[in-house]
Amino acid sequence: MLADALPATIAKGLKESMSNSYLVELKNITKKFPGVIANDKVNFNVKKGEIHALLGENGSGKSTLMSILSGLYRPDEGEIIINGTRMVFKSPRHAISAGIGMVHQHFKLIDSFSVAENVILGDDRIPRVLNMKEIEKNLAQLSLRYGLHINPASMVWQLSVGEKQRVEIVKMLYRGSQVLILDEPTAVLTPQETDELFRNIKEMAKSGRGIVVITHKLHEVEQIADRVTVLRKGNSVATLERDQINRQELARLMVGQEITTQCKRNTRPGTQKVLELQNVSCLNDLGLSGLKNITFEVHSGEIFGIAGVAGNGQRELAEVIYGLRKINSGSILVNGTNITGYSPRQMIDCGVALVPEDRLGTGLIPNLGTIDNLILKDYRKEKMNRGPFINWQKAKQKVSRLVDSFEVKVSSLEAPVKLLSGGNLQRLLLAREISSKPQLLIAVYPVRGLDIKATEAIHELLMGQREKGTAILLISEDLDEICKLSDRIGVLSNGSITGIISSDQADINEIGLLMMGETGAEAI
Amino acid sequence: MNHDIFIAILATAVTAGTPILYAALGEILTERAGILNLGVEGMMLVGAVCGFIIALNTANPWYGILIAMLAGGAVALIHALLTITLKANQVVSGLALTMFGTGLSGYIGKSYVGMPLPAPFHKIALPGLSNIPVIGPVFFNQDPMVYLSYILVAALWFLTFKTRSGLHLRAVGENPAAADSMGVNAFQIRYIYVVIGGMLAGIGGAYLSLYYVPSWMENITAGRGWIAVALVIFATWNPVNALWGSYLFGGIDALGFRLQTLNVNVSPYFLKMLPYIFTVVVLVLVTKRNMVKRIGSPQALGLPYDREER
Amino acid sequence: MILSSYTIEKRLAPSSTAFIFIPVLSIVLALIFGAVFLNLSGFNFIEIYTKMFTGAFGSYYGLTETIVRSIPLTITGLGVALAFRMQLWNIGGEGQLYMGAFAATWVALSFPSGSAWWLLPAMVLLSMLAGGLWALLPAIPKALWGVNEIITTLMLNYVAIFWVDYLVYGPWKDPNGFNFPLTAQFGPGAILPALGNSRIHAGLFFGIILAVLFYIVIYHTRWGYEIRVTGENPNSAKYAGMNTLKNIILVMVVSGAVCGLAGMSEVSGIGGRLQHGLSPGYGFTAIIVAWLSRLNPFAIIIVSFLLGGLQVGGYIVQTSGIPSSMVSMLQGMLLFFVLGGELLTNYRISKTPVTMSGVDNR
Repeated sequence: MLADALPATIAKGLKESMSNSYLVELKNITKKFPGVIANDKVNFNVKKGEIHALLGENGSGKSTLMSILSGLYRPDEGEIIINGTRMVFKSPRHAISAGIGMVHQHFKLIDSFSVAENVILGDDRIPRVLNMKEIEKNLAQLSLRYGLHINPASMVWQLSVGEKQRVEIVKMLYRGSQVLILDEPTAVLTPQETDELFRNIKEMAKSGRGIVVITHKLHEVEQIADRVTVLRKGNSVATLERDQINRQELARLMVGQEITTQCKRNTRPGTQKVLELQNVSCLNDLGLSGLKNITFEVHSGEIFGIAGVAGNGQRELAEVIYGLRKINSGSILVNGTNITGYSPRQMIDCGVALVPEDRLGTGLIPNLGTIDNLILKDYRKEKMNRGPFINWQKAKQKVSRLVDSFEVKVSSLEAPVKLLSGGNLQRLLLAREISSKPQLLIAVYPVRGLDIKATEAIHELLMGQREKGTAILLISEDLDEICKLSDRIGVLSNGSITGIISSDQADINEIGLLMMGETGAEAI
Repeated sequence: MNHDIFIAILATAVTAGTPILYAALGEILTERAGILNLGVEGMMLVGAVCGFIIALNTANPWYGILIAMLAGGAVALIHALLTITLKANQVVSGLALTMFGTGLSGYIGKSYVGMPLPAPFHKIALPGLSNIPVIGPVFFNQDPMVYLSYILVAALWFLTFKTRSGLHLRAVGENPAAADSMGVNAFQIRYIYVVIGGMLAGIGGAYLSLYYVPSWMENITAGRGWIAVALVIFATWNPVNALWGSYLFGGIDALGFRLQTLNVNVSPYFLKMLPYIFTVVVLVLVTKRNMVKRIGSPQALGLPYDREER
Repeated sequence: MILSSYTIEKRLAPSSTAFIFIPVLSIVLALIFGAVFLNLSGFNFIEIYTKMFTGAFGSYYGLTETIVRSIPLTITGLGVALAFRMQLWNIGGEGQLYMGAFAATWVALSFPSGSAWWLLPAMVLLSMLAGGLWALLPAIPKALWGVNEIITTLMLNYVAIFWVDYLVYGPWKDPNGFNFPLTAQFGPGAILPALGNSRIHAGLFFGIILAVLFYIVIYHTRWGYEIRVTGENPNSAKYAGMNTLKNIILVMVVSGAVCGLAGMSEVSGIGGRLQHGLSPGYGFTAIIVAWLSRLNPFAIIIVSFLLGGLQVGGYIVQTSGIPSSMVSMLQGMLLFFVLGGELLTNYRISKTPVTMSGVDNR
């Protein structure tokens, strides 16, 4: 069937690409993964010198599409045309040599290598025997030319997130990328760093490159895009020119329906201090200082948001409170009891619940079923046991009840949970953590990777807990989320709390400055 | 007199360490590429028997080495296919390889057991170098395969740390996804180094049957393949450390052997236990040291790489 | 131009037909490859395979021998499977078996005229203790510092075997044994009762009871739940407040104890004495048994029976000039095919049309 259509398509493609100066054209791209169609006949193109935003919510297929363009995935159907020539990318190598460079959301850097070693990786133009001094000198010059400051000799694991991103961009420019794809580049940056990145991007576009920015943030599209293509559920629903861009229209295209995002606060936070941290310090995985003299408290019925760029001590903070990481100094109190040095098991018994950052890596056991996953925190409780045995009957009753009341969609209670969607996984996790009736709920990036509907549902669950009087510590990299949900906001930068502000006085710029490490006055 | 015995033990330590050295060098490359191959013992055995049969029939040990290399590489290819393409469990596949290699070598070597080798390798004293006191007789009055191993250690060190190919090798073992995204062919590199690892293990095995013993018997390696795997951790994945590490292990082997001939009043069975106990103790100490110094195995060691894994 | 190409696609859930189909196919493929080897070395494979099959399953004697062999395989298979459940690679089943045999022998030789009602339980207990302690040696460094247990358990195999050799060639050698490396015959109270006039002994029940216990522990107890969670996701275990350190040590010790029991059942059920070369690698074959059975305790009994048959068949055809190592070769190949076949359970190979144009990439 396809065979007949093909020659005509090629001819048409050639004609089109001659009339326009497209650097890249993607036509009718289809990509299936087991159980999902990630891209369904998607069309997308990039012109010389433009910044083209690829907008869509989580799970709409943006990253898949760009992974196809960068040669990482192979499309099931459709064609890729670069400068008017049809291409089949068998691997990223082909894409790179065709001038396509992608900066992935999760950086593809080797931590134990130096910056220079990362940049030259895979480059066959350099001599077989490496002269690192020479290479580092050249790279330093190159990075200066693009205004992207990096030190080629430093080791990647020592770099901040912003620096790592610069290394990724230099890496692609070094390989001569004409089309630069940035996947959610601002997710890891402070507002100020974002501004700098946008300046750099515009500069690069001016020099004739095509820039693709993958994002789900509407204001970013407004800020920088020359054109925008909107993806929804794997389909390309529209491509708009600069003058057609407006927020309401984009939101409608992206979600397909009106979404009202408002948070009603019916109650005020209580006065009882549920969690108190006093001058807490700890080391990170590299044995360096992870948290420095952290002091704050969370009250009952309060959501305390931790804002900051990921990697500034968020994980360490959650682990320290939950007892997964040793602290060097300071003390932690829950309901007035000093619980410093408690194990996770003791923490659980104290009524501390944690929704960890890594859903499938820590929070859930991917290969086990819903029942096994939902009893993880209370399999030891007396009501679940008969002597040394687990009372599966009771466990099953409880699990069915939870699955119903939290509306988790599962095919069977025994099927491995790895088959569930991200939103369902998070409901499952929250169902388990909330059902333990915690005093304190720590939620780390609770909506990461979820689409808007699922995000709203999770937010409602958290707000519901707040109303019930649970103290909630919300750690997120999304400032909008933090501002929307929190009663107070603490800003974490480089392992320190640089400021605590009340959310009704929150100002994005001020938070941004605090995120960059400028200590502000504590205003509560 | 005592001095002579001391020199003799040291020289034997080098010969006893050489088969372990070859195998460990191979495993270092394999693990640097992110693949754990626990089939070293099996690959050594296959190399030992194939090398012996060829050397016996051609009366030329060099042909034996060549075929041992190919045979070791061929069985390693099974492991590569299973773990890289089919993404099988690397631990179990390696164990299967050891079992298969043990069986295969016993099967094809059955009629060769105990036969003498007409032309084994001989010692060649290197002019000049062999006259240096202590160092000369220990390191430079050896057979050609020992000299070859010196060159190999230097070459592999240079390859790993100073060349573009070495950079790619290490990158694939650390983070295959990152390497792949930059156009480094992670699959190809893993295949290449698993097979090279098998070739070196094959040579290590053949060294046993062509020089160290020199004869064929079932299970001639007696756990040396496993000691080589432990040595890789000891050597922190660095070929140069593997050199002296293997002589340390060889030295224990040689010492036990020497003590037996000296009529020491200890049961030979206890002396035979020495290398294995030593390996366990060293492994524990080294793992603790690596933990303190934060030296780890290649980050992606033992993990299959799937480009489209989401 | 359109080329059909085959792509490997991950299945969402493991295929259930493949679950049964793969082991069977693996056995067939391993036998086919074995046939190639036999033919290459000048044997008629049909003749050899017929002899093996009838030898192992075709006669009363053969069948009982197969069962006799399947006893230690079942017990050690269950032992290592327990450790594998927690992703602990206990490759030391062989050594733990030897140490169990050593401890049981010590009891038997110390009380040559003891009566069975207390002597046998004492032997069981001591053999399990010895096997457990032998596994404790690698378990502690594993739990505390993450020392690779594959290498340490394997190295300790050699030590245990040499230790038993030292005894049977030295202090424990039977003075009336014509200088053979074996101990004196145990007293009648130290012998496991046999089934009828066959060589099948009460060790069979050890295997069956242990399989049931294994099932109950893994699927119905809190500890079993912890083992399953830790094996699947150690991070989750830590996060749920499970004591991983304690579980590593406990699971290894129990695993070793079970393998130690296999040693007791061998010396007490078969020879009635400790001897050199007590086990033809049961502890290693146990790894294949466990993996082929996918760590399912009842499948372990069945697989042990099949591999026991393979060993008996291999023994029978040695008279036809087939080296005994053919069995270990076949077992290795079997494991290869099972591993390769797992791809079919977790992935699906599908034929997909991929459009390939004549335009080159560069």
